[in-house]
Amino acid sequence: MTEEVKLATMTAKEQLQPDLDRAVTAVEEALAQAKKAGASAAECAISHSRGLSVSTRLAEVETVEFNQDGSLGITVYRRHKDGSQSKGSASTSDLSPQAIHATVEKADAIARWTEADPAAGLADRELMAFGYKDPSLFYPAPQSPEHAAEVALACEQTMLNTDPRIVNSDGAHYSSHCGFRVYGNSHDFLGHYMSSRQSLSCMPIAKEGDAMERDYAYTIARDPSQLLAPDAVAREAVANTVARLGARSIATCSVPVIFHRDLAHHLFGQFAGAISGGNLYRKSTFLLDHLGKQVFPTWLNIHEDPLLAGGLASSPFDHEGVRTQARDIVNDGVVSSYLLTSYAARKLGMQSTGHAGGIHNWSIRADQKHTTAGLDALCQQMGTGLLVTELMGQGVNLVTGDYSRGAAGFWVENGEIQFPVTEVTVAGNLRDLFANIVAIGDDVDPRHGVLTGSVLVEKMKVAGQ
Amino acid sequence: MKIPTPVAEQLLAPGQLDESMLQQCLHDLAGARIDYADIYLQSSSHEAWVLEDSIVKSGSFSIESGLGIRAISGEKTGFAYADSIDPAALTRAAQAAKGIADQGGDGKAKVLTTVTTHDLYQPENPLSSLSESKKIALLQAMDKHARKADPRIKEVTVSLTGVYEHILVAATDGTLATDIRPLVRLNCSVLAEQNGRRERGSSGGGGRVNYHYFFEPVWLDANEANSEQPRYLSFVDEAVRQALIMLEAKPAPAGTMPVVLGNGWPGVLLHEAVGHGLEGDFNRKGSSAYAGRIGEQVAAKGCTIVDDGTLANRRGSLQVDDEGTPTQHNVLIEDGRLVGYMQDKLNARLMGVAPTGNGRRESYAHLPMPRMTNTYMLAGEHHPDEMIASVKRGIYAPQFSGGQVDITSGKFVFSASEAYLIEDGKLTAPLKGATLIGNGPEAMARVSMVGNDLALDTGIGVCGKDGQSVPVGVGQPTLKIDAMTVGGTE
Repeated sequence: MTEEVKLATMTAKEQLQPDLDRAVTAVEEALAQAKKAGASAAECAISHSRGLSVSTRLAEVETVEFNQDGSLGITVYRRHKDGSQSKGSASTSDLSPQAIHATVEKADAIARWTEADPAAGLADRELMAFGYKDPSLFYPAPQSPEHAAEVALACEQTMLNTDPRIVNSDGAHYSSHCGFRVYGNSHDFLGHYMSSRQSLSCMPIAKEGDAMERDYAYTIARDPSQLLAPDAVAREAVANTVARLGARSIATCSVPVIFHRDLAHHLFGQFAGAISGGNLYRKSTFLLDHLGKQVFPTWLNIHEDPLLAGGLASSPFDHEGVRTQARDIVNDGVVSSYLLTSYAARKLGMQSTGHAGGIHNWSIRADQKHTTAGLDALCQQMGTGLLVTELMGQGVNLVTGDYSRGAAGFWVENGEIQFPVTEVTVAGNLRDLFANIVAIGDDVDPRHGVLTGSVLVEKMKVAGQ
Repeated sequence: MKIPTPVAEQLLAPGQLDESMLQQCLHDLAGARIDYADIYLQSSSHEAWVLEDSIVKSGSFSIESGLGIRAISGEKTGFAYADSIDPAALTRAAQAAKGIADQGGDGKAKVLTTVTTHDLYQPENPLSSLSESKKIALLQAMDKHARKADPRIKEVTVSLTGVYEHILVAATDGTLATDIRPLVRLNCSVLAEQNGRRERGSSGGGGRVNYHYFFEPVWLDANEANSEQPRYLSFVDEAVRQALIMLEAKPAPAGTMPVVLGNGWPGVLLHEAVGHGLEGDFNRKGSSAYAGRIGEQVAAKGCTIVDDGTLANRRGSLQVDDEGTPTQHNVLIEDGRLVGYMQDKLNARLMGVAPTGNGRRESYAHLPMPRMTNTYMLAGEHHPDEMIASVKRGIYAPQFSGGQVDITSGKFVFSASEAYLIEDGKLTAPLKGATLIGNGPEAMARVSMVGNDLALDTGIGVCGKDGQSVPVGVGQPTLKIDAMTVGGTE
């Protein structure tokens, strides 16, 4: 068995290898061209992805799509008399030497028009991930339309036959992709790694009287053996959907709120936005000057692990070639790191934290006293309040922290779910929301770059009838 | 020569393709027992210039070209694409796409016949309509204007983007259509600061025009002579105005109350609450709250909603959709009664109706589906002042930042970026954090007054569906909805 898996790995990797080799050559070629054109610095990247996705609906195959993407993007810097640089970027999907040449020329021409910017430039050489280790993000997976259809059909069959209230379907969807990322710059750094990803989702439609409701469930993993079984995905989707039937609004109130694990990552995603360099140097965040300050309760920690094997947000270097490293983002509730690109770092007089391109696997950790065993216990702890299982709309203002989003979920009394709720909003300010987290469930959702369980917040304004 | 020279030169010549090879590829596809197949060729150039901290600090340019081939058998679709346009890519993609077929088809593609299209916008490259130095000067002038407007303006970001796109569609039903599509957009965003409080405001616009559009004079005040300025400065003024108003804004109330929506961009409500639910795919599948309701009263009397892809120079307009069907003026709801859905070819065929010119795709790498173009409600007879005066306690919302809908339950949400409390028929405090939530059919039944001031948005809309983004337009007159849930904190 072990032998077989190894063989499959080899084969899948071997299939990608020639394209990876071509991409590496193209990046080297582009950087050489930029140097020849007189660029003071240059950086170049290719993200290649290929695979297929199959959708089924009412247990018939509906679409089969084959994907293959991967364009080359180059940024060329030109130094001005005062030592600062200006930059121009261009991209092409054609990797022929002529096309690369034309693309570099275009980027160079733009760099002659843009203005000198003291903060512009590559990340510092000493931050480059020279000698990086391959992060184990590539796992072999079957990539045939037949296999994909089989998985999606199995999921939908269960979904359609589990509950009589499921009267229709928005289908099941399976996709499997693999690819690589190549990044190089004029510090002579050139890095690349392969990765894979597969996912399965389904969306049943339930009806009772005139009202229809839909919901979904999904599984996603780099390693196909880590995917949930089609049957389990279908059952979760059906349970989610029928539970919504009969949903109604509630009277406007201020109550404790639980953010279900499926969407609790949004809260920390908004925190990430609020401490990211771009918003900091633009003064467009309510967490300006909050490094070293208390934002969360003292028992809450956020740890980042960029090299988690199979992690959905793992990578050995960021989009500027900067070595990623494990770090505390929040320590005892205090912000211990901003999320900086080299550009934002220079604007703020700091150093890049390796966050060009986003965060890398956060785990949200509470101490033992504030970790609750599962969602049911968290509801018990809440007593009476709203369990939010869906958020809608864009009502988050990171400049002010004002938060008001459409929500659906369940009304909870004495720790027990009473009825489904819809057409309400949950509102407050993120500053209060973060500070007033009461407990975190141990029901960690493995399907995100942010690993968190359900989150109980002391109080929010719920607007309804 | 059925293919116009500029399109042939852009899409066919570089890869040494010609019309006969497209026809042959379609014959091969049809021969594989396929009901319908099409080839989509696309080449687009895109540029973006960004000013921040008073310097034009980044510029980018990209060219994307490729082909997508779709083969349909019954309700099944096979789809493959390639990021190059040449005979080998054509053959490879066709082979992959037709793997789906296992039934039907008469095995012969119709002879390609050119589709007659509209003449809605000029087939000229906006990227070259202005020199690079003038593009940069434009951004700098906007930055200066914003900073001069008020000392509380601390940050200014300006972006200018242009797209120039050639497309060609050839299908087994004989369709041969081409389009040359310019699209430009200019946006200004400012940050105002006062006593430690910071707020943003933003404004912008554009359309299927060239960059000279931004220099055209616009009236500041219709009643005053000589009060005109170039359009690009009006975007700056609007962004500054919004940011300064937000500095004074108080938390929005929470609860159900009457809401008056401003004209123009607030039409995003119609887009979310009604438009998506009337797209053919959701209705064929029965997953929309509006499915099977043609002929029924689904909105209050007085509400007539259309989707119109034929408006000259508009952001959401197209001469032909991405399946080669000429766009149309489609009435969706007439005096409150549901009269039509928006269709692409696949869903029209399966529902036994005609396509409506709404088959759109983000690019060659995406499958077409029914999408909106410019969606708006026709004007009524009420004066906006009279509508506000009729509200005892409620909200007036003239600007929105965006919305979202669940087409199955009909539930929608959208966020006001500018809103005011109405007390005893008068606008009082500006409000922040006002999110509106409702149910499409219910909200439309509660429309009690329709304004006489229909306006379309300034050309900023992007609509997302199944991971595909396309430019759209929205519009409406001022609307009064008798009861909506406002999600504030007070």
